[in-house]
Amino acid sequence: MEFLQYTINGISIGAVYAIIALGYTMVYGIAKMLNFAHGDIIMVGAYISFSVTSYLHMSPYLSVLIAMVGCVVLGVLIEALAYRPLRGAPSLAVLITAIGASYFLQNAAQLIWGSDPKNFTSIVTFSPIKLFDGQVTITGEVLVTVVTCIVIMIGLVLFTEKTKIGKSMRAVSEDRDAAQLMGIHVNRTISVTFAIGSALAAIAGILLCSTVPTLQPTTGSMPGIRAFTAAVFGGIGSIPGAMLGGLVLGLVETFTKGYISTQFSDAVVFLVLIVVLLVKPAGLLGKNIQEKV
Amino acid sequence: MMGMRLQNIWQKNKTNLLTYGTVTVAFLVLQILSSQDMLSRSTQGYLVPICAYIVMAVSLNLVVGVSGELSLGHAGFMGVGAFVGVVISGSLKGAVESDALRLVLSMVGGGLMAGVAGVIIGVPVLRLRGDYLAIVTLAFGEILKNIIGNIYIGKDSSGLHFAMSAGGVSLEEGGTMLLKGPMGATGIEKLSSFTAGFLLILFTLFVVLNLIHSKEGRAIKAIRDNRIAAECVGIHVTAFKLKAFVVASVLAGMAGALFAQNYSAITADKFDFTNSINILVFVVLGGMGNILGSVISATVLYLLPELLRGLQDFRMILYAVVLIVVMLCTWSPQVKGKMQVARMWLGKQKDKIFRKGAADHA
Repeated sequence: MEFLQYTINGISIGAVYAIIALGYTMVYGIAKMLNFAHGDIIMVGAYISFSVTSYLHMSPYLSVLIAMVGCVVLGVLIEALAYRPLRGAPSLAVLITAIGASYFLQNAAQLIWGSDPKNFTSIVTFSPIKLFDGQVTITGEVLVTVVTCIVIMIGLVLFTEKTKIGKSMRAVSEDRDAAQLMGIHVNRTISVTFAIGSALAAIAGILLCSTVPTLQPTTGSMPGIRAFTAAVFGGIGSIPGAMLGGLVLGLVETFTKGYISTQFSDAVVFLVLIVVLLVKPAGLLGKNIQEKV
Repeated sequence: MMGMRLQNIWQKNKTNLLTYGTVTVAFLVLQILSSQDMLSRSTQGYLVPICAYIVMAVSLNLVVGVSGELSLGHAGFMGVGAFVGVVISGSLKGAVESDALRLVLSMVGGGLMAGVAGVIIGVPVLRLRGDYLAIVTLAFGEILKNIIGNIYIGKDSSGLHFAMSAGGVSLEEGGTMLLKGPMGATGIEKLSSFTAGFLLILFTLFVVLNLIHSKEGRAIKAIRDNRIAAECVGIHVTAFKLKAFVVASVLAGMAGALFAQNYSAITADKFDFTNSINILVFVVLGGMGNILGSVISATVLYLLPELLRGLQDFRMILYAVVLIVVMLCTWSPQVKGKMQVARMWLGKQKDKIFRKGAADHA
């Protein structure tokens, strides 16, 4: 029973990582950059939702929408102001800019909302399901998280496969110059990618804070890094890979905390990542591209 | 041919001399200021950390700038050095009289252990490339932090006791705990001094500059510029990358030992991913592969948030904005173009004034 409970919890936190990892992986696949500010957009999304429900007393569901809109505007703005001018610059320069953006968001949040942790009230209201005479509990948050994650995953796959923008996103990620020559608006495509990634980050932030209710300016950074790890783990650039990576990471983390030690959960998670990368350097579902000489 | 070679040597020595000279002059000036009581207490408190971070930046530059490998876990090695150093100087207390000798021993020990960690990490990791290497070094940095944050070490008359849990160390009466897991090390003696920091910087510069200009250094740079071509001329890619990586981790460990013994207490959290990122920022803003650049940018960027302390909550925002703006000004073609236009406009204005002045004079 304990095992089942850990599995359920692991899938739940893994689903949150997966949603965040989707944002990382899409941005990486298309803009070829590590968007370190992604974790902080999660935090901003959670703060917006918190403010809308706590200060303006609006419905939690409306707050999700507002947070998504807020994060989309923020993500697209950051891309346009900080990342777009650096297109073509060495990747390290873009990385440092992303770090700058991350610091900026964290400290701006601290300025606006203060550094004391806020108590986030869960947006999920329905009661937990108890199985096997209450030995295993599935909370409403877990259900909502897993369902949301599956819906997002299916939606994204359909979006990239079927729609015109989705096709252009795949084209840009494969070969940016060739895509441009074919008349694809590269900048617009990248903006759309950032918009989708940021909207997902807002959802992930709210789900994360519904499960772990403390909210402070650094809330996003560690889940952000774990989700980034998950994206690399699954093969960065691959949408199903991000999903798989997130779930595996969530399960490893929960099982380590349950069976081995709470202090070493980070160490074990990262160790698994390293072992996987050494065996499969492109990640679980990543394509291994042979270098041509 | 001969003349060109001599010129090259002179060029090389000129930059090296400039680097050593700048550091020495800065040290002497600060020493004089401090002996005349012209430095405030807070400024004096920054001197040792700045020295430690200069060493961190220069050593990371060896990995990122010279060897061309993006490492995001450099602070982990600093942490290893810091805690090993604290344990060494704590356990030698009473056995070795001289404080300076204890500091040196702890720095050597910390550096060696960090070097061992560097070998263990470097051997598997350096086979990966680019962003994957970055994420794995990040992961290793976090693992190192996680491990040193959970070690308990105590000392009593029968020697040192290690454990991985709080109850694991049982000490005789009169024994002291050196490391207390997540609580870190407390009651550290302040052995570090500005002079020690300066000497460590000189040592680091000596090691790094000599390595860069040696045969090995040229091989490392060849690998950075074109790995495949370097492999073709018979350079053992992994061995040379490992050499740079391990040298950098040893230096980082020494810097860690210096850094830790400037404070009375220190925790493993200090050596997390954020710290690694900060050091990377020093390296990138100072210029990749430019050693003097790293020295200067580590100093300026370490002081910047401290100098902006008056602005309180705005200081880190300002720091972030400075970071982004510097990156845009250095790398963005559009921004660079605009700056060019502005410079030309300024030049014209100056010209006009100058001509007007000349005409008036006539």
